Amino acid sequence: MNHTEHAPADLNQARDIQRDTQPRAGEPAAPSTLQYVVLTGNPNTGKTSVFNALTGLRAKVGNYAGVTVERIEGRLVGAPAGLDVRVLDLPGAYSLRATSVAEQVACDVLLQRQPDVPPPALVVIVLDASNLERNLYYATQVIELGYPTLVALNMVDVAEANGIHVDTSKLADALGVPVIPTIATGRKGIPELRQAIISALQRPACTRPKSFCALPGPFQAEVDDLARLLATVRPSHAWLAPAEALLLLSSVRALESSMKHLPKHVIDAVHAARARLEAANIDWRTLPIEARYATAQAIHQAVATEHWPRGETVTDKLDRVLTHRLWGTVIFLSAMALMFQAMFVFGRVPSQALQAGFSLLGRAIESVLPPGDLTDLLVNGVIGGVGAVVVFLPQILLLFLFIEFLEDTGYMARVAFLMDRVLSKVGLAGKSFIPLLCSFGCAIPGIMAARAIESPRDRLVTCLVVPLMGCSARLPVYTLLISACIPETKAFGVLNLRGLTMLGMYILGIAAALSMAWLFKNTLLKGEPSMLVMELPPYRKPLLGAMLIRMWDRAKLFLYRAGTVILGVNIILWFLLSYPRDAQLERASEAKLAEVRAQLATGGLTSTEAETAMAAIQAEREAARLTHSFAGRLGRLIEPVIAPLGFDWKIGIGIVASFGARELFVSTMAIIHNMGQPDDTGLNLHDLAQKLRTERRPDGTPAFTTLTGVTLMVFYVFALQCASTVAVMWRETNSLKWPLIQWIYMGALAWIMAFLTRQLGLLLGLG
Amino acid sequence: MTPEPTPLTSLREGAIATVAEIKLPAEQRRRLFELGLLLGTPVELVRFAPFGDPVEIKVRGYNLSLRRHEAEQILVRPA
Ligand SMILES: Nc1nc2c(ncn2[C@@H]2O[C@H](COP(=O)(O)OP(=O)(O)O)[C@@H](O)[C@H]2O)c(=O)[nH]1
Repeated sequence: MNHTEHAPADLNQARDIQRDTQPRAGEPAAPSTLQYVVLTGNPNTGKTSVFNALTGLRAKVGNYAGVTVERIEGRLVGAPAGLDVRVLDLPGAYSLRATSVAEQVACDVLLQRQPDVPPPALVVIVLDASNLERNLYYATQVIELGYPTLVALNMVDVAEANGIHVDTSKLADALGVPVIPTIATGRKGIPELRQAIISALQRPACTRPKSFCALPGPFQAEVDDLARLLATVRPSHAWLAPAEALLLLSSVRALESSMKHLPKHVIDAVHAARARLEAANIDWRTLPIEARYATAQAIHQAVATEHWPRGETVTDKLDRVLTHRLWGTVIFLSAMALMFQAMFVFGRVPSQALQAGFSLLGRAIESVLPPGDLTDLLVNGVIGGVGAVVVFLPQILLLFLFIEFLEDTGYMARVAFLMDRVLSKVGLAGKSFIPLLCSFGCAIPGIMAARAIESPRDRLVTCLVVPLMGCSARLPVYTLLISACIPETKAFGVLNLRGLTMLGMYILGIAAALSMAWLFKNTLLKGEPSMLVMELPPYRKPLLGAMLIRMWDRAKLFLYRAGTVILGVNIILWFLLSYPRDAQLERASEAKLAEVRAQLATGGLTSTEAETAMAAIQAEREAARLTHSFAGRLGRLIEPVIAPLGFDWKIGIGIVASFGARELFVSTMAIIHNMGQPDDTGLNLHDLAQKLRTERRPDGTPAFTTLTGVTLMVFYVFALQCASTVAVMWRETNSLKWPLIQWIYMGALAWIMAFLTRQLGLLLGLG
Repeated sequence: MTPEPTPLTSLREGAIATVAEIKLPAEQRRRLFELGLLLGTPVELVRFAPFGDPVEIKVRGYNLSLRRHEAEQILVRPA
């Protein structure tokens, strides 16, 4: 009559049968097969440090299928021959009822729903001994899943320093799984943990997991019923069913994320069960949480002894300064200034060295290979493209090092804490500050820095707007246009008008980024405001070695994923700028060159005269080639579109070329105005500006008036003229949709703002 | 009689109280529960960030930051 009484027996029988007959997780089918050990636990428990210690720092960093969550995997060192063990470091989670994308991944792997991760053979739960209660809340959920499980009780040094002693054997008894105390950063307990992992893999113990969630009878009955139903749906995973059933019943999010994995009758059964519980006045959301916390609290009290009452910790003391309203803000801003300085001032030295190296290499190749299209492709397309990728490398490396440092020490959470108020006003997250700041240097590291933002929506909005911040590639464009078009006078008698214009462009960029963030948050990416609940973890001393290796792993990923796209785009750009060639034109300039050579030979010209003449012919040829190329034709094609902005076709070609990279505007202007290819000593901006100033349109009016200059600068503030940014956006969002949206919105904005600027200027009588 | 519950944000920095009620949508409340902020749990208001938002609290021995908007919906009774 009372099905609660016999149900569990049935279920357990079913479980045991599954264990005996099915090749399930934990039972090595053949001795040398690949086995997965997953590391899981709350964030900041030292999971990654345990992972590093187990795998000897040789991690493979990638992404989980379909989401931009970092996947870190490595091989267990010290495994006996024939045992190939992979360790997977799951994203940190507070509960199996996932809230964030990263938590969802952890949950999906453990429920064997993540398609690209094989079923785990063993689960290692990393616990923070100094923060045991909340850690146990998660640990008990994972133990209940029924995998062969080990617990690494980490941070025992921190616990002891706080006056807390944890009794390991009592904890093992309470949890029903082996517990190994560790200090991951000191490598203490790691050999024991490794040994425990190996023996657990070789002799998987099939004990039934304890239950840590005492529910009232009717609730437990519903869980059991649902578990039986689930077992029929996925018989191979019947042993997972009880934990899965509890999860589905008690969490709206868990059910939502399971929709695609479960048939409709199961979903209906969950809804029906919830309705029955509600009718019986049972709160299915809260009860399991309260019951489990009660257990966690009881275990905590039984296993931990406090030597002295909890007082102020080092973290509390530090935070009194570092998150102080005034001092905290001052220290934060100084730290950010230092980081920016290091990335874009010191980082530029190796960047320039790399760039110089590549152009040296290019010229060396040019001198040994016969001149021709192939050499040109190699030198300007391929080597130029590789150069375009590696120039980012020093900055990217430094950025990753900083971010790693901020995350590992725990300061990153304080950044979010201090900046949240200011940035949440426009819909960004506190952690958006770092991407925005980096983007003053370059949007590429800016977009990559956005990885630290947990909320996918906030992260996306941040990525969408950071290219509006005035990056360093705009600087040469602004400099050229300002010196060509802005008179050297003082505004209001004191301020330098040129400096003011430059400042204005930067401020315009910042204002645009913030307004667009607000706009996106209120239109395209609208949604219920995310609740920002964030742990402020204790400060920790980071390990330099681990930081350097992680930095390099991430940089490799950048080179490999974004780098290939950037290289490809550069080759395409080279092609568009060099083809098609006009044979007649080439022959004509060859003939002219030959004539000069002949005159030189007969003494009609001195060698300096000949050199000048030849340089002029070369420059003319370059200009003609460019005008004739696809890019040149495109520039002329878009003339009707840009005419309302006051731009002619020459500027059009500059704009087209700039879609590869903004700074190409300067060299394109040089070529098209017959000044030849800028050499490595740097193009003389002053001469070019002079040239632009005297440039006339066919009707005799100056081509670069003050108004045209300002309009063009406004255009460059908004337009997304950077192939590398598009490439990185593509890689970071895993789709072409967002870079496309970004490119279009920024382009439209650029046109509209430039148009308004011109109209306003005309109204004011400029022009 | 037990005193009327007041918003968490009405506490002084350093004051301790117990959670009496969380007036947030079910899923958000669930999240706070799972982080250990259950009814009857003692919380300490550690500090306010610059401009008074977010709020840092201490619960079950660790520190959490909440936006003011949400913290106001957490009602507490002085311990
Ligand atoms: N004192 C101490 N620090 C540790 C220990 N394990 C990790 N850490 C530090 O704690 C911080 C967070 O560790 P991490 O491995 O990144 O944690 P995760 O977020 O769980 O992956 C880092 O600064 C580590 O150096 C430990 O056992 N003792």
